[in-house]
Amino acid sequence: MIFLQLILQFFKTGLFSVGGGLATLPFLYEMSDLTGWFSHADIADMIAVSESTPGAIGINMATYAGFKTAGVAGGIMATIGLAAPSVIIILIIAKFLEKFRKNRLVEGAFYGLRPASIAMITVAGVNVAKVALVDLPAFAATGSFSALFLWKNIILGVLLFIGTRKLKWSPIIFIIISAAVGIIFQL
Amino acid sequence: MHTIGEMYLTFLKLGVVNFGGGYAMLPLLERELVDKRHWTTMEDLRDYFSIGQCTPGVIALNVSTFIGQKKAGVAGALAAGAGFLTCPIIIILIIAAFLTNFANYPVVQHAFAGIRVCVCVLIVQAVLRLWKSSVVDGFTLALYLVIFALHAFGGFLPAKIPAVILVLCAGAAGIIMATVKNKKNAAKAGAETADAGKEETK
Repeated sequence: MIFLQLILQFFKTGLFSVGGGLATLPFLYEMSDLTGWFSHADIADMIAVSESTPGAIGINMATYAGFKTAGVAGGIMATIGLAAPSVIIILIIAKFLEKFRKNRLVEGAFYGLRPASIAMITVAGVNVAKVALVDLPAFAATGSFSALFLWKNIILGVLLFIGTRKLKWSPIIFIIISAAVGIIFQL
Repeated sequence: MHTIGEMYLTFLKLGVVNFGGGYAMLPLLERELVDKRHWTTMEDLRDYFSIGQCTPGVIALNVSTFIGQKKAGVAGALAAGAGFLTCPIIIILIIAAFLTNFANYPVVQHAFAGIRVCVCVLIVQAVLRLWKSSVVDGFTLALYLVIFALHAFGGFLPAKIPAVILVLCAGAAGIIMATVKNKKNAAKAGAETADAGKEETK
């Protein structure tokens, strides 16, 4: 019974949270109030964990809440519940898209969607840069520009930029190197 | 059957390294699926992201499902989705069971400070690569700037416009603009054939 509840609750969250992981947050707060499976503090912790592990916040929260409520099987059930609606919808769209790819309306929509999509990607990059390259809280507190720029991080960023252009390595290698540099140089 | 297994393993690998949200996955997908396996093209990938953005759920999972479906049907889609979810589930189960203060360990914080810099650089590279095929004229440039401004500085508006709405509006604007252009071109072509007709009668 608890499995069914987990699947249903997270299915609902997965169905209505449009626009990526953070869009699940309002639903998670609601679920926390409704079911008591996890607290608001748990959600805050999970945001921190999700920033430091692969996997999106919604997926991670489902696994976490499911595990806390009903063990390993619960964690897996809740995650499947969350993922199911998006998988079903994408399957339908993918079928539809194959047929209508050359349709004039679909082509027109993509003509507008493409620049919008890379605008969103740019904003995602800016948001990461805001925590990766500068220290906004320190700047707000002291008002000095030397506190604003995280020089070690910026140097790493420039080296990575050149490296990813010149070297044909997998991005995975660059991620591992960056983690090692972060630990060694105490970024 | 070979493809399904391969699909699962490929996305299993991608799920391990998907740090920093869906968009950070774009360069990884490009490397693995476009350059190495030739399962899709960079342009198609970008279109999947556009769709993944305005359908429910996690963007990276949506894109994985899309590619799986395209390459190997429903079974491929399920294999890709399952592969993509496997590692995050295992990691969170371990953290939930044993490491309650995982994110507060200094070593973890330093490693992720480094990874964030890398994610930022990878996203910039992805934007640069997609720019030419997405921002093709004045209209698309204007659309890019408007969407960027509304999405980045939405906090200053009375109410932040949800990303879904922005994406849907951009799609609608694209349809309108493409229709207007087609009409103009048709009118122009019509005028040209009329001119040509005149020339011939002379």
